[in-house]
Amino acid sequence: MFTDFFYLLRKKGVPVTVTEWVSFIEALYDGYFQASLNHLYYVGRAFLVKSEAYYDMFDQAFQEYFGGIKTEGPELDKVLDWLENPLHKLPKMTPEEIAEFQQQLEQFRKEHNMDELMKQFMERLKEQKERHDGGGKWIGTGGTSPFGAYGNHPGGIRVGGESWMQSAAKVAEERRFRNYRNDIILDVRQTKMALKKLRELKREGAQEELDIDETIDKTAKEGGEIELVFNRSRENTVRIILLMDTGGSMLPYTELCERLFSAASQMEHFKEFKYFFFHNCIYQDVYEDIGNYKRIPTEKLFSQFHKGYKVVLVGDARMAYSELFDVNGCIDYFSTNDKPGIEWFMKIKQHFPNSVWLNPTHKNFWGHYTVDTIGKVFPMFELTLDGLKDAIKALTSKARPSVLS
Amino acid sequence: MVTGQGYKGSEDYIASKPLMEIVNVSVALGKPLVIKGEPGTGKTLLAHSISTALNKKLLIWNVKSTTKAKDGLYVYDTVQRLNDARFKDKDISDIRQYIKMGKLGQAFKSDEQLVLLIDEIDKADVEFPNDLLNELDEMSFHIPELDEEVSAIHRPVVIITSNSEKELPDAFLRRCVFHYIEFPDEEMMEKIVKVHYPDIENKLLREAIKRFYWIRDVDGLRKKPSTSELIDWIKALLLGGISTDKISSEIPFLGAILKNEQDTGRFIKLSHAQGGGFGFKRRF
Repeated sequence: MFTDFFYLLRKKGVPVTVTEWVSFIEALYDGYFQASLNHLYYVGRAFLVKSEAYYDMFDQAFQEYFGGIKTEGPELDKVLDWLENPLHKLPKMTPEEIAEFQQQLEQFRKEHNMDELMKQFMERLKEQKERHDGGGKWIGTGGTSPFGAYGNHPGGIRVGGESWMQSAAKVAEERRFRNYRNDIILDVRQTKMALKKLRELKREGAQEELDIDETIDKTAKEGGEIELVFNRSRENTVRIILLMDTGGSMLPYTELCERLFSAASQMEHFKEFKYFFFHNCIYQDVYEDIGNYKRIPTEKLFSQFHKGYKVVLVGDARMAYSELFDVNGCIDYFSTNDKPGIEWFMKIKQHFPNSVWLNPTHKNFWGHYTVDTIGKVFPMFELTLDGLKDAIKALTSKARPSVLS
Repeated sequence: MVTGQGYKGSEDYIASKPLMEIVNVSVALGKPLVIKGEPGTGKTLLAHSISTALNKKLLIWNVKSTTKAKDGLYVYDTVQRLNDARFKDKDISDIRQYIKMGKLGQAFKSDEQLVLLIDEIDKADVEFPNDLLNELDEMSFHIPELDEEVSAIHRPVVIITSNSEKELPDAFLRRCVFHYIEFPDEEMMEKIVKVHYPDIENKLLREAIKRFYWIRDVDGLRKKPSTSELIDWIKALLLGGISTDKISSEIPFLGAILKNEQDTGRFIKLSHAQGGGFGFKRRF
């Protein structure tokens, strides 16, 4: 009975095991279920799905098999599929063009009502039957229609894809449990698990662990008079500095970075955890806050932290050529820099031999001049679970720094 | 059969229908029930409610980051025994007096069926749930010091809560029934508030709830306000004698809802720019 459903669930990506399936079927046969589809849906889900991350897939499978639960139509998925593989690459723009674009964006926001745009979007979603690339009306990639991805209609609705101008006012999302899926990104726990591998155990801190061997020894020497010996418990002595890019092109990865950040800051076993922010590239200052107001000199990192600190840089490493290689190439209008960014990166690498770069963008998109260059300075890894594991391996396997504290 | 009887929520706790059904099935099958959900959706209260509704005693095992699985079974106080060995006045040959049952052990040994709440299991080490696999499956454990088997006289009703901070190991989840408590919708929320304040004026309640969901929908809050915050806020509104109009025009006692400086700042900024309506999630 329902065995097809079991396979359907597995096909949809719900990790149901035979044990779970058997207990579900047993419960079914033992009459614990009421003859109602709703009951089957909720109680079945409790038996078969063990994380809200899979609720969405369960919903889809259930709908396909029983056809009773309403989920959103397939249109959106189809549309997302069209948008996944843009025919045009992102256009390159000069700073003047960008400024011009931003102006248009402001204009658009003033003139158009978001609600109206949304309504239009839904209507067009219903009408549209096929893939579109370029063009000005339909949802597609490139082009100047307000709907779609990789296009350049200021202030339009982006459907999936990556934001490259912060212009997408809304990423369309549907289905109730979709947000809980975890097959796309790492979750905090996985990150924490990976970060746990980063440790150097040393005895430090208060003496609070009972040393049994010593206690027995001492007690015997004292002729049976009990003498308790305590030891320092072993603690992780890893010190971490996290440097994060907060630039606009990082916007689509905010959540991912937040997860990494919260996992790292929740890790109680790091001896020290410091974090700083930068905008696209590092120059003479880094910032203590995301808004990049509280600046501290990059030199201070070198004087304050010894080379035993492990440095993790997070960023897409994608920037204008001038930002990395030119004096005064800094993207911020009011900032100047007398040394090009690449020199600062080399300095960091020199001072902190144990440093890696985590890149939230997919490896396929790394073919960019600045990404390649930075990748030569720091070992670069994808910000995925596997990438993180490799990065940690690289951080720990290097020869231990000879001078500590 | 569990139809028509069993757990149906209690006077002070509103459970959604699916949740009731799941509780009943897990009680009937003797399987531990894992409850996940946003903070403040009443995960812990569920166990209290089940205990009242089914008229069974409740045992609470609060899990902390230092808690070991073995602590829940039993603790063998060796240091005490070692210490007692120095004096002649106690008979230390009986190990039994140094073995103290943990919460799980107590639940197993009890003469009546209990409700055992293992609260915030995700706070402990990642290995913690794995160490309890067999104990929860067989509802028994072995004490090597006594060479004794402790098995449950009555399988306790086990409720396990977890904040979504950490995920639980698959092997552990396989043996449990799982439910994710969603954040209640407005209709459900009305019922929940009425449980706490039965005399509340309908108009005030509706306006407050409307406001509350509006705040919850603000993008990028660090901590979204939860049910308990709403209830505190309504209490403040009632005590302050705030009129309904005032709630719709401004938000008194914002501090009861948003507990974080950045959130408050962000919210105030956004509500000023409300004319543009930018920055709010929209539903369609």
